[in-house]
Amino acid sequence: MGMTITEKILAAHAGKDKVQPSENVWVDVDVLMTHDVCGPGTIGIFKEQFGKNAKVFDREKVVIIPDHYIFTEDKHANRNIDILREFVSEQDLPYYYDVGTENYKGVCHLALAQEGHNRPGEVLFGTDSHTCTSGAFGMFSTGIGNTDAAFILGTGKLWVKVPESMQFEFTGEFPDYIMAKDIILQVIGDIGVDGATYRTMEWTGEAIMDFSMEERMTLCNMAIEGGGKNAIIEADDVTFEYVKKRTDKPYTVYKSDPDANYYFKKTYDASTMEPVVAKPHSPDNKALVKECSDVKINRSYIGSCTGGKYTDFLAAAKLLNGKKVAVDTFIVPATTEVLKDLERETLEGKTLMEVFKDAGCEIGDASCAACLGGPKDTFGRTHGTEVVVSTTNRNFPGRMGSKQSEVYLASPYTAAASALTGHITDPREILN
Amino acid sequence: MKQIIEGKAYVLGSDIDTDQIIPAEHLVYSLSDPEEKKNYGKFALSGVPADGAGLPDGNNAFINEGSFESEFTIIVGGKNFGCGSSREHAPACLKIAGIQAVVAESYARIFYRNSVDGGFFIPFETPDKLAEETRTGDKLIIDVEKESLINETTGKSYSLSSLGEVIEIIRAGNIFEYARQSGLIPSSEA
Repeated sequence: MGMTITEKILAAHAGKDKVQPSENVWVDVDVLMTHDVCGPGTIGIFKEQFGKNAKVFDREKVVIIPDHYIFTEDKHANRNIDILREFVSEQDLPYYYDVGTENYKGVCHLALAQEGHNRPGEVLFGTDSHTCTSGAFGMFSTGIGNTDAAFILGTGKLWVKVPESMQFEFTGEFPDYIMAKDIILQVIGDIGVDGATYRTMEWTGEAIMDFSMEERMTLCNMAIEGGGKNAIIEADDVTFEYVKKRTDKPYTVYKSDPDANYYFKKTYDASTMEPVVAKPHSPDNKALVKECSDVKINRSYIGSCTGGKYTDFLAAAKLLNGKKVAVDTFIVPATTEVLKDLERETLEGKTLMEVFKDAGCEIGDASCAACLGGPKDTFGRTHGTEVVVSTTNRNFPGRMGSKQSEVYLASPYTAAASALTGHITDPREILN
Repeated sequence: MKQIIEGKAYVLGSDIDTDQIIPAEHLVYSLSDPEEKKNYGKFALSGVPADGAGLPDGNNAFINEGSFESEFTIIVGGKNFGCGSSREHAPACLKIAGIQAVVAESYARIFYRNSVDGGFFIPFETPDKLAEETRTGDKLIIDVEKESLINETTGKSYSLSSLGEVIEIIRAGNIFEYARQSGLIPSSEA
C-alpha cells in the first residue's frame, strides 16, 4: 500500500519509512509561526516550562508575524506587541515582521508565503487555525495552541496523530466567474463543518492545478472550516515558480502514490460549479448566490487571508471599475505587498487603488482587521445589526464583532457584485 | 487526576465555536498574570447567543455579573465542540471560570488537543444523547476510571468513550510532564 503526500511528509519528519493513519508520531518541526494574539501566551508557557533563560530550539525556524490587533488604541493589545519585541530581541530572532517598521507585512498566512517560509515537503505549525493555508505549497501545516507552540519552541518537536486523507478532485475547467472561495464553500457545504475532522483535505485534478498560488491558498485556508487537520496540494511548476522568487532554501517534493489509501474520494466536474455563499451563522450553510438575491446587505467587506490577496482584488476591481458602490465597502489588503500591488497594478489605465477609491470604497491598512471582530476600534468591525457580504472565512455568531450582525461568506466577485447592487448578487449579472 | 468529578451542568448545543467560547476582542489579556487572567473567566461563553445559553431553556447566565467563576462546573455539549480558532484562550477561559470537565458528542481537533496538552480539563466524549437529556443545573457525577456519568437529578446513567492513548498525557498532567516522564525532555529543565 502506498502513501499520501501528507503521510510521506510526516514519515520523513518522524524518521520512519512508513506511517499509518491514526498512528501517533513525534515529528521534527521546520517552522513554528506565531502572532500577536497567541505569541505572548506561548512565550509565557515556554519560560515557565524551560526556564527564564531558555533559548528557542532553532532561531532560524521561528517566525513571528504581528497581524491581528495592530491599528488599535487597546492598551492590552499594544502591550502584547511589546512582549513579542522583547522576546525577539532577547532570542535574537531573524524573522520578525514588526509593526510600525518597513518590515511590517500583515496577515501571517500570506506573509509566510510571500517571505519564503512556505516550502514544499516541510512541516510548519502555527498558533492560528488557518495555518492550514500553507498546505497549498505541498507541505504539512496545521494550527496549534499556545502549549503545543511552547513545547516546539523548547524542543523542536511535536506529537501528531497521522490523519486519514480525503481527496477532492476537480476535472475539466472552472467557468471564469468561479473562484476558489466558491469551491471551498461548495465542498464545506457538502461535507459539513465537521466533515473532515482530524483528516487531510487533499485537492487534485486539472482544474485545481490551473489555480494560481493565491487561489490554492484560499482553498487550503478553509480546510479548518470543515474541521480538517491540514489541506494539501501537490507542488508543481506554479509552486516552484512562486517559491523560487522568495527563497533559495532547498526542499523536497512529495507526491501521493497511485495506490495510497483514502478515507473518502469525490470527483466534481469543474465546469458545473456555481457561485456559492455561506449564509449566517456557519460556513457550511451553503446556498447558491442566485438563490439569495432577495437578501439586502448594508456592507461589503473584501479582505483577510482568504480574500485579501492580489488576485482577490483584481477580481473585485473588474466588477467595480467605473461604477459606484451602493453600500459601505471595505477593502483590506492582507499584506503590505498586496497594498503595493494595488498601488502599482493597473486595469484599463487606472491602478486598482484608484478603481476602489473612485467606486467609493474605504481602504484599510494591511492586517486581519474585522475578519475576527477584534477591539472596538477595528477597521470594518460590526457594532450592530449589519448584514455583511464578506470574503472572510468564518461567519459564526459575533465573529465580525456584533452578535446581532449577519455575515454571508462569498467570493470577491460576489462581494463586489453585491456591493454595487445592495443585495446579494450573482457576479454573472455584472460580468455579462 | 481526580477520579470523581461532580458538579452542576451547563448545557450547550452543537458547533459551539471558539468565538462563542471567548470572543476575539477579549484575547488581549495576559494568561500568566493571576489577576488579569480572571478577565477570561468573566467573559467565558459570553459569545453564546442568549437562546442557546444554558439549554434547554436558554437565557441562563454562565457567569453572574461581577464574577469570574461560574456556579456550573461541567459543560455538556453536542457535536463539534470548540470548532474554529486555535486560541488556547478557549479551554483556558473555561478552566478559569471553574470548569472541571466538558462532555460532548464530539470535538473539533485543536480544541481537544489544547484541552489535553495544556492540562486544562478532560474533554470526554459520549456516544449517548446526553446533551438532549440534560437540563442546565442538573447535578452530574463523572467516574473517570469507570468511564461513566450519572445524572443525579434524573437518575439516568451514561457511558463515556475511552480516552485512548491521550490518557497518558492526561495522567501526567500536560504535554510537558508527559515528555519529562517519558524522557523526551530532561526533568531538570524547568
